[in-house]
Amino acid sequence: MDATVITYDTRPDRRPLLQRIAHASEPYLYSAPALILIVAVMLVPLVLGISYAFRDIQILNPFSGGFIGLDHFRELSQDQSFYRALKNTLWWTGGSVLLQFVFGLILALLLDKPFYGRGLAQALVFLPWAVPTFLAGLNWAWLFNPVIGPLPHWLYALGILSEPNNILSDPQLAMWGPIVANVWWGIPFFAITLLAALQAIPRDLYEAAAIDGAGPAQRFMSITLPFLAPTIAITVLLRTVWISNFADLIVVMTNGGPADRTQIVASYIFTQAFKRLDFGYASAIALVLLVLLLVYSMLIVLLRQTLLNRG
Amino acid sequence: MRTKKLLLTGAHRLAILTYIVFALFPLFWLLKVSVTPNDLLYTEGVRLWPSRTTFEHFEFVLTHSAFPVFFRNSLIVSGATAVVVTILASLSGYALSRFTFKGKYWIVALMLVTQMFPLVMLVAPIFKMLSPLGLTNSLTGLVIVYTAFNMPFATFLMQSFFDGIPKDLEEAAMIDGATQFMAFRQIILPLTLPGIAATLGFVFTAAWSELLFALMLISGNDAATFPVGLLTFVSKFAVDFGQMMAAGVLALIPACLFFLLIQRYLVQGLTAGAVKG
Repeated sequence: MDATVITYDTRPDRRPLLQRIAHASEPYLYSAPALILIVAVMLVPLVLGISYAFRDIQILNPFSGGFIGLDHFRELSQDQSFYRALKNTLWWTGGSVLLQFVFGLILALLLDKPFYGRGLAQALVFLPWAVPTFLAGLNWAWLFNPVIGPLPHWLYALGILSEPNNILSDPQLAMWGPIVANVWWGIPFFAITLLAALQAIPRDLYEAAAIDGAGPAQRFMSITLPFLAPTIAITVLLRTVWISNFADLIVVMTNGGPADRTQIVASYIFTQAFKRLDFGYASAIALVLLVLLLVYSMLIVLLRQTLLNRG
Repeated sequence: MRTKKLLLTGAHRLAILTYIVFALFPLFWLLKVSVTPNDLLYTEGVRLWPSRTTFEHFEFVLTHSAFPVFFRNSLIVSGATAVVVTILASLSGYALSRFTFKGKYWIVALMLVTQMFPLVMLVAPIFKMLSPLGLTNSLTGLVIVYTAFNMPFATFLMQSFFDGIPKDLEEAAMIDGATQFMAFRQIILPLTLPGIAATLGFVFTAAWSELLFALMLISGNDAATFPVGLLTFVSKFAVDFGQMMAAGVLALIPACLFFLLIQRYLVQGLTAGAVKG
């Protein structure tokens, strides 16, 4: 403070300097509130969470809190539920992303053609995306409930189910419940991003190809797909990471049951923290999940880079 | 050739129709059960529309349950989050859009990183941080957490809207003697109103839907948001389907209203967000 006062007294050309400082700090002033919040509520807890993984933190045990090194990870390597959750995560993420992508791409292609009432159709098919996820989960849980929902009876009539039972309580089929709900909810996201990418493809390319005698399938393979490829790569990457962390639907629909058949790693972390209040162990699992996702993302980015370099 | 074209058009419309039915059917069923009288619930289980309809479930939920409190709590939390995020994100988005400065790269990197790691990871530490501050079991705590979570996406979204406005506008104003902040507030912000509406809508919907942190941070009925209230209601009294679905329909209303508001900007906004975030 004193220094500023002195310069104020002795240097008459202080204003340009102060103005320069003010000018240089302007962008930081604009972004400061947002940054402070992000650091305080996301970055600090992230670092804390990483440290918890090496500490014994149980909310109901006042004597916990000490550092225990790699104990959690040793316990984790013996934890059969964790391995099952890891396998279920692969199944849940792979199934959801693949189905969302395929149906989203088809929808985007359908909506790319101009037709009467396109605006309305677009608003209606995108509506599921606005439905709160907990409600989407409950809604589908009710649809699968034979007492109140039509789906078991319809599946029975079609011969897919041998009896009109709730598939959410059948260990063999339970995972399909959250996956179907997730596909229903997530198709719009893929459709929206792919539609935007489709609309950016220059139309005259198609005309030129048609004049050269390329059929629709050929045009799709040699124009549409190459143009969409970067968008597809980035969307699939982001969605894969996002969906493998997405526990809401599972917590709402099955809570990991029956017999842990729908427990994914994200819902397992939540169960450890929420039900057992074992924050240390929960953080250790979360750290493993984080590392796995980072490795996955880096592999995809590397793959994309090599493909781009070759092209 | 003509018949082939006709067939293709027919198949196209049929496919679109299938998608619409698939998208709307679950919501339709929610509405159907919510207006079915209790005595017809099981006898007309798979009928598409009950022979008699009633609003008694809605009446009961609105007058005899804690749902109005949950609804109010959710409205406060989502509304406050949306307003605070939009104000702060328009400032930070403006900084990213209009200034070139040293820390910019790091700010963008920080915001991208927060989009990549699993938020479940933060459940335990955030609970431990907020509880000595008295911010667990409080709506303020939820608003703070949701505000931070939605900030990166909202910042990128606002930045892309600012990028669409020519720089000459505020340069002209600054030549006339306005400071940059005055130009931002009086010239640029009014032009970004559609972007502001879209950001408000996105953040409101996101905060309205959030479940895991609300479950973790809120334990009493007084501060429960709609997702928490509905879920406890379901796990405790999983018998009265009519009432639960009436509550579900009510929870759908604000989300759908905001969806209608932002629907126009969906393709534009999500693309901007997806490319950058």
